[in-house]
Amino acid sequence: MSLVNFTTREITCKIVYYGPGRSGKTTNLHYIYGRVPDSRRGRMVSLATQTDRTLFFDFLPIDLGQISGFNTRFQLYTVPGQVYYNATRRLVLQGADGVVFVADSQARQLDENLESLQNLQSNLLEHGVDIRTMPLVMQYNKQDLPRELILSTADLDDALNFRGVASFSADALHGVGVFETLKGVSEMVLKRLAAGSTA
Amino acid sequence: MTTALNAKYTFETFVVGTANRLAVTAGRTVSENPGSAYNPLFIYSGSGLGKTHVLMAIGQAAKALTPTLNVEYLTLDEYVEAFHAAIAAGQGDAFRRRFQNVDVLLVDDVQFLSNRKEMQSELLRLTEALQGVGHQIVLTSDRPPPEIADLDERLISRLSGGLVVDMGVPDYETRVAILRRKADERGTTFQPGVLETVAGLEFANVRELMGALNRLVAFQAVNDQPINAEAAKQLLGAAAATARSAAPAAPGVSPGAPRSGDEFGAFLADVTVTVGKAVEAWRARVAEAILRWEGEGYRTRRLERLLEQETPAAVDEAIAEFATDVERLKALAAEVGELDPQAAGESVFRDPERMREAEDAAAQMRAGVAPPPGPSGAFPLSFYAVGPSNEVAVRAVRAVLEHPGKKYNPLVLVGKSGLGKTHLLNALGVELARRNGAVVACLSTQAFIDELIAAIDGNRVDWWRARYRRATALLLDDIHLIAGKERTQEELFNLFNLLQDRERQLVFTAPAHPNTLSGIEARVVSRLEGGLVAELKEPDRAVKRTVLERLLTGQNITAEPALLDYLADRPADSVRTLVGVAQRVVGAAVAEEVPLTAGLAREVLEGQSPREAQRASGFRTSGIVVSSLGGIKSREKMVWDWPEVTDRLIEELR
Repeated sequence: MSLVNFTTREITCKIVYYGPGRSGKTTNLHYIYGRVPDSRRGRMVSLATQTDRTLFFDFLPIDLGQISGFNTRFQLYTVPGQVYYNATRRLVLQGADGVVFVADSQARQLDENLESLQNLQSNLLEHGVDIRTMPLVMQYNKQDLPRELILSTADLDDALNFRGVASFSADALHGVGVFETLKGVSEMVLKRLAAGSTA
Repeated sequence: MTTALNAKYTFETFVVGTANRLAVTAGRTVSENPGSAYNPLFIYSGSGLGKTHVLMAIGQAAKALTPTLNVEYLTLDEYVEAFHAAIAAGQGDAFRRRFQNVDVLLVDDVQFLSNRKEMQSELLRLTEALQGVGHQIVLTSDRPPPEIADLDERLISRLSGGLVVDMGVPDYETRVAILRRKADERGTTFQPGVLETVAGLEFANVRELMGALNRLVAFQAVNDQPINAEAAKQLLGAAAATARSAAPAAPGVSPGAPRSGDEFGAFLADVTVTVGKAVEAWRARVAEAILRWEGEGYRTRRLERLLEQETPAAVDEAIAEFATDVERLKALAAEVGELDPQAAGESVFRDPERMREAEDAAAQMRAGVAPPPGPSGAFPLSFYAVGPSNEVAVRAVRAVLEHPGKKYNPLVLVGKSGLGKTHLLNALGVELARRNGAVVACLSTQAFIDELIAAIDGNRVDWWRARYRRATALLLDDIHLIAGKERTQEELFNLFNLLQDRERQLVFTAPAHPNTLSGIEARVVSRLEGGLVAELKEPDRAVKRTVLERLLTGQNITAEPALLDYLADRPADSVRTLVGVAQRVVGAAVAEEVPLTAGLAREVLEGQSPREAQRASGFRTSGIVVSSLGGIKSREKMVWDWPEVTDRLIEELR
């Protein structure tokens, strides 16, 4: 998918929220959905199981209107976190312009975070994309949980952010850090326009 | 009672964007065809989005197209006030009659009809009356008819019966275009990016946008320092739009902290700034140009291709070139429109990529319409002998040459046959034709009639009309010949009005003052009299002497002054008689092989028979036939060449 279409004067950003199961990716989207005016958002498509686990993926289109002469749209996707849905994850990842890695800050989830991060890297590679070239931000979610249960953002940076990308502390349920994360990834994506990489 | 139309509010000063294009197009259509296109036209929009501007523009455009139209603009409040005053004065009927005579009625702010039952029924009555006689009514409101509280059902259906269009909040590009135009109007220049930043801020309507621009203009004027985009944003208090860079998370972030009210708005502002930086300014300029020309109905593929390039060179030049091409297309379409209004609407005149085709189409059209017959070069103005007898007419001709179409329009040269009307007419034509782009139609009325008959016969009257409509000046010799030719009079009447409206010069010749000519419709006569009627009298001595000198010099004859004086002193009712007389004397001198003297002339002329003396005059027309090729044939000269008397008799019987 082309990020910028100069013929139809459209900018379309596909941003994928990636991360282990139950880390709060869908919660991020729900929060954003709740904050976007009706006229700007499309229907949020959520294919969830009875227990609210994302079965396939969530999709939230946002219309930002005309910006600098371009009709600007954001398409936010989540992937199903569970290990056995890898084919779906790979499919959703196709053509992504940016990725938000939503990590679960709970100490006991560290391995799942690492595993998902490696999974992201290998799925991108399947699409021929080097993770180092993909606009990526980290979100350390559930920072509202008791200190004893979670790792600090510094610890998480040490453990997960070995590439030194922008990272955001978040409490997606209450919206803390949600838009900051979205802004962070959007800026990275959009700045690629200036760099001329429009594919 | 009614408000004068504000001259600033025209379609030309209105920035068209997607949000208001429909309303503007409908408005233009209505101004071009008042009463017949959309009647009534109902425009609604929020406050400050240009309803009044469009409403007044409709009035101005309609008035510009047909100056005789009675156009009235007023707000509903003014209407109500006038109505109440009229009722109080017992003049309700006069009030109604007054508005029923308006050709285009523009009523602003009709939303105030809410809960005014008597005004509703009055407006209903007026709308019905105006529609009944095909007069246009345009109304504006801040909401559509069905949403005006407590509005009579009949009025709702009546108001919705024509066309109801809305005008939305202008999009980003339109806002930039508006800001640029207004900044230009105020003669202020801003640093690149300032206006774009202001346009990116959320303003509820154009009026607020103008307020913001005014603040910037004032700020820049006071501070003597060009304001930059960032400062502009701060000045306009766009707190929500101040970008907060995505700072990496710090351990101190307190979960559950109160979230700011409009997170999405702040996000949008941030993205706007980022996109603005990322999408180079040139792209924005191209996109803006595309939007503008698209709005005017031109194909913009050429500009769109620019956007597909990574870094095109000379973007501004390309945009300027595009604008030049569009101007050329407009000129071509206007030219073609005069010849064939339908052809002007063809898509080729809307596509700058098909310039060559458009030029070809216009050239074909031009070639198809041969220019009308022009003046004869055989009559230069410098050859025209001037004396007291024709001074007025010659001065009028010179005045016409200085201000064609403006000073004496029409100019009617009257005088008996042989006084030089045709000469003067053609001389004027020749001079007018020297001007750039001049198309001078100069011909005898008889030729004009014959052409029309041939056109009717060939079923191409439209083509014939188009030929003459192109003319920048129409000069008809012997206009009295249209007497009794009803169709020619009809066509001439229409052509006259059209050319005069466009300030194109009209000149006619006639043997007598137009109001003494019989068989010509009063409407044509009154038009002929509307300019200047200049009379040419019998040639005075000075004119006669000049004519004789020229004539003899032209034949390489050196005449003695006594001969010139003798001939000039002889009575001659026209130049033509005089020339005939002189020719006879010259002929006698040649035949008898004697020198040309005053004595010979006396001998020849004073012995002539009375019958021959009469012969020189008496043609009903000027007698000179001017071909469009520039040649000249004088029937009389040919008569002199005829050896047989019987031939002469036949000529006289004609």
